[in-house]
Amino acid sequence: MRDYSADFAVPLLDPGAAVPPGVVGGTRRFGVYRNNVVVGLVEALADAYPIVRTLVGEEFFRAAARLFVLDNPPKSPVMLDYGVGFAEFLEDFEPAERLTYLADVARIERAALDAYHAADAEPLAIATLAAIDPDRLEAVRLVPHPAARVLATRHGAAAVWRAHTDPGSAGPVRAEGDADLVIVRPDADVAAHVLPAGALILFAMLAEGNTLGMAAAAADEVAGFDLQAALVALFAAGAFAAIAET
Amino acid sequence: MSRTTPRRTASSGALRPVPARAGIGLKGPHVAEIVATAPDLGFFEVHAENYMGAGGPPHRWLEAVAARYALSVHGVGMNIGAPGPLDRAHLQRLKTVVERYRPGLVSEHLAWSSHGEAFYNDLLPLPLNETTLCAVTDHVREVEDVLGRRILIENPSTYVAFDATAMPEVEFLGRLAEATGCGLLLDVNNAYVSATNHGFDADDYIDTFPVEHVGEIHIAGHAPDIDDAGRPLLVDAHDRAVAEAVWTLLGRTLARTGPLPVLIERDNDVPPLAALLAEAARADLAIVTATAGRPALQGGAEDARLFG
Repeated sequence: MRDYSADFAVPLLDPGAAVPPGVVGGTRRFGVYRNNVVVGLVEALADAYPIVRTLVGEEFFRAAARLFVLDNPPKSPVMLDYGVGFAEFLEDFEPAERLTYLADVARIERAALDAYHAADAEPLAIATLAAIDPDRLEAVRLVPHPAARVLATRHGAAAVWRAHTDPGSAGPVRAEGDADLVIVRPDADVAAHVLPAGALILFAMLAEGNTLGMAAAAADEVAGFDLQAALVALFAAGAFAAIAET
Repeated sequence: MSRTTPRRTASSGALRPVPARAGIGLKGPHVAEIVATAPDLGFFEVHAENYMGAGGPPHRWLEAVAARYALSVHGVGMNIGAPGPLDRAHLQRLKTVVERYRPGLVSEHLAWSSHGEAFYNDLLPLPLNETTLCAVTDHVREVEDVLGRRILIENPSTYVAFDATAMPEVEFLGRLAEATGCGLLLDVNNAYVSATNHGFDADDYIDTFPVEHVGEIHIAGHAPDIDDAGRPLLVDAHDRAVAEAVWTLLGRTLARTGPLPVLIERDNDVPPLAALLAEAARADLAIVTATAGRPALQGGAEDARLFG
């Protein structure tokens, strides 16, 4: 017997393709499946990127999302993860060219959604760091909180995102142009905070498993980096979950 | 009413059998109201894949609901009707959800949803014949082995037929249940939708369904359309109230099965909670009136005993 799923799957995402061989019922009946698949995936993107949707309007969003889903069906049945790559798609999407902030708004929404579904953990208090012998601080490794992720945003995207986010939630209050953000969920609510210079590199290096000394050396390449200010901002946000002395 | 996310709670580990009463699907917009007002319902059903995230508020809300209500976990992505092997990583994710919540019922579909790298996020049809019965039997056995418990398999709504189909759906499902020991989830709306779409008699379908294996019933709303030939085409849209014809068919079904859990499925254009509670009350009435004086055939309680 032919592989009915191979025959059936290919035309689902190709609106011009014929009804597969061996399938009885005609175009409109096969079209129910085609429509379920495409509309379902567009809906999933609309749920994942509500601010992008608001910014571009319903019609524009649906047209863009449809193009994305036809080329990028999910790779997993876990739809909570669907839409990775939508920001990159928007970045190259010519009709959105003038909305320079759009792709970064999508990146923030993605990070916030991933933080929402990340594992729960108690954030580490900065007092833990203060309790460590200063001579041994350089060798310390900090384990990121499972929800924490950092993001470099441009073109005022952080301010646009903030303006469309629930006013009750914490978020960056000053982010006119470029802003490094840390997205966190220390307990139930996702929040975004603007980071001081170099803190993004510091966090990224620590997240890769580097020691605090190595991470600080990398961050020191950024003008204006201040280790204490960076650590205070990251700890205050709840960006770490554990500490390991080596 | 408080909309504050509940605090994290340690799972009690208690398995609560799903009673022969009406339940509804648990939807995000309703969950705070449900936790605050504790409406009188038999159970809640959730899609397994929506709880495959590592943590966060969805799990806290579900823990709060599961602390008070019986739970049914309904998978929509296991790809049981595909010709190829199951996605073992996804089966482990399903196992994680089932072990986390220890639901009274676990169910999946006679359908496929993935091919190659792609997941299509829909319940897609398969031809019914000896070859596919063999593959589906292997898949159901594998899922039951890994989960260490019995699952229910649901009859689909279908819109097309296959040249390669050689067996009626009721026979396919009956033989699947006999071969694997799995139970069946009889979706009465799907039976009505498929009967309309393929021109068979919905009453006959219910009258010949292997009801001795049924552990749960679904009902839902469907959307009317027409096909290329202008014939009626019903779409299992889950976007409106249950149709009167489906309520009638539910009565016929319950008269054969005896009392069973009945789920009101609503996934799109989700109305206020009160509207779903009203439909649940009508389903409770149907269970009582159609089955007065009859013992339950089986259902959640038996599944509870079978839990490994």
